[in-house]
Amino acid sequence: MKDIPTIEIRELNKTFGTAENQVVALDNINISICRGEIFGIIGLSGAGKSTLVRCINLLERPTTGSVIFEGVDITNFTDQELRKVRQSIGMIFQSFNLLMQRTAMDNICFPLEIAGVSRKEAVQRARELLETVGLAEKENAYPAQLSGGQKQRVAIARALATNPKVLLCDEATSALDPTTTQSILSLLKELNQKLGVTIIIITHEMKVIEQICNRVAIIDNSRIEEVGPVDEVFRHPKTLAAKKLIFPKGDFSEPLTGNGKYLRLVFEGNSADRPIIANMVLQCGAPVSIVFANTKNIDGHVFGHMVIKLPDDEEVSRRILTYLELEKISYSEEKNYV
Amino acid sequence: MFDEGLFALIGQGLLETLYMTLISTLMAYVIGLPVGMFLAVTDKEGIRPMPTVNRIVGGIVNILRSVPFVILLVAIMPFTRFITGAAIGSTATIVPLVIAAAPFVARLVESSAKEVDRGVVEASLSMGASTLEVVWKVLLPEAKPSLIVGAAIATTTILGYTTMSGFTGGGGLGTIAINYGYYRSQTDMMLVMVVVLVIIVQIFQEIGTFIANKCDKRIR
Repeated sequence: MKDIPTIEIRELNKTFGTAENQVVALDNINISICRGEIFGIIGLSGAGKSTLVRCINLLERPTTGSVIFEGVDITNFTDQELRKVRQSIGMIFQSFNLLMQRTAMDNICFPLEIAGVSRKEAVQRARELLETVGLAEKENAYPAQLSGGQKQRVAIARALATNPKVLLCDEATSALDPTTTQSILSLLKELNQKLGVTIIIITHEMKVIEQICNRVAIIDNSRIEEVGPVDEVFRHPKTLAAKKLIFPKGDFSEPLTGNGKYLRLVFEGNSADRPIIANMVLQCGAPVSIVFANTKNIDGHVFGHMVIKLPDDEEVSRRILTYLELEKISYSEEKNYV
Repeated sequence: MFDEGLFALIGQGLLETLYMTLISTLMAYVIGLPVGMFLAVTDKEGIRPMPTVNRIVGGIVNILRSVPFVILLVAIMPFTRFITGAAIGSTATIVPLVIAAAPFVARLVESSAKEVDRGVVEASLSMGASTLEVVWKVLLPEAKPSLIVGAAIATTTILGYTTMSGFTGGGGLGTIAINYGYYRSQTDMMLVMVVVLVIIVQIFQEIGTFIANKCDKRIR
């Protein structure tokens, strides 16, 4: 992966409210986002992710810490300097936020007007972009006449009008149905590959991350709990927050009570096709109980996920672990949380 | 009663009333529109919060709004005379009308501007729009239908004010209604004026609603 960071967030803190009634929204955030990557930030609502994305283009001013865009610290830029920078950072939203009294064409021309581009050039650029997002025939439609997916396409075209280096997506697919979500995500991926635009995606849906992100940061309770390549974080979630997000609610919400050891296994690639558990039970001569099982598809790779309870017999347990190591199955022991 | 003289009287009154109403509304908007936008923008939830200035301007608006029009009409007569050279007549009435209506218009404009989706404003800020650009290119155009509905309300309210100026010889339908209906106890004359006023209010309201719907691209 390209290693020049497009955006770097250093020791960023954001608090709201007065001195005696303070709410911490972001707590010591450090992230570095590389050029051309699709970076996901996932967290439950209230985790602080929306505030974080707004700190990137400084719609929200951080309390302390700095935001570095293309090697330049923009945290203390004046309003005027910031307006210039914002033309290089596009943004799309959950509720699209199109100008309702302007046509699709004029919505896309809007950022170009602000950037001082001539009307003729703006119209030409807007036509190209409408073509890119597949809405060439909707040029004169008003947002009220478009579906949710179409509105988001117009919003994407608008965000890309000034050729930004970064595209911020704030829950961009959360208001869309699953099929439309898919098509918007593929469009984003395509734009990322075609234009090389760095994309930062804020979401609460693991599916969005699995489908298009290269790397992911897990935010919980105002802190970044974990950062890494998506498949790695998925395979070895280290923190409770990560586990909670990766395993949908209900599957893993209760801490296991009672004694005994639990093992979390991750099968990847071809091992997902082999009868690992059946062989293990046969070879080790020990029955295990399966507490949880699931499969996921990340970036075209199938991952199997399983939690088993080890037998109380230590000897048998040891044999099971040896077997797993031989089969090159990654596993981790789980104590109070599966 | 319904003779040519009456129609001439009504015609004259109608013209004076329309003159006062439309000129006052226009001037009230010249003052009220920027003030209303300023109030919306400098609100603590606005794009450029200025709590102190906002409270001062808001306070002045509230004080002016709380003075009953009939009292304002009389109280500022010296000022009116200073501006127009007269204290009675249609042109003179425009002065108190504007002073009374401008703060009302400012509040109407403020509330229309605040109806604009916060997200749309945020989106334009994210594209690098300045405060002035947000006002010109986002708040005003996006609030247009609501502003037009507000303008219809303002016009009809100002029309109501013009009739009160009848007591100080302001001219127009109000003066006729008061001179004939009140001082000479010709109730039928008073009723005729009321009917004419009701019809004008209806027309203004209908025109306002029609234009607002026509230009609102959210419908359809």
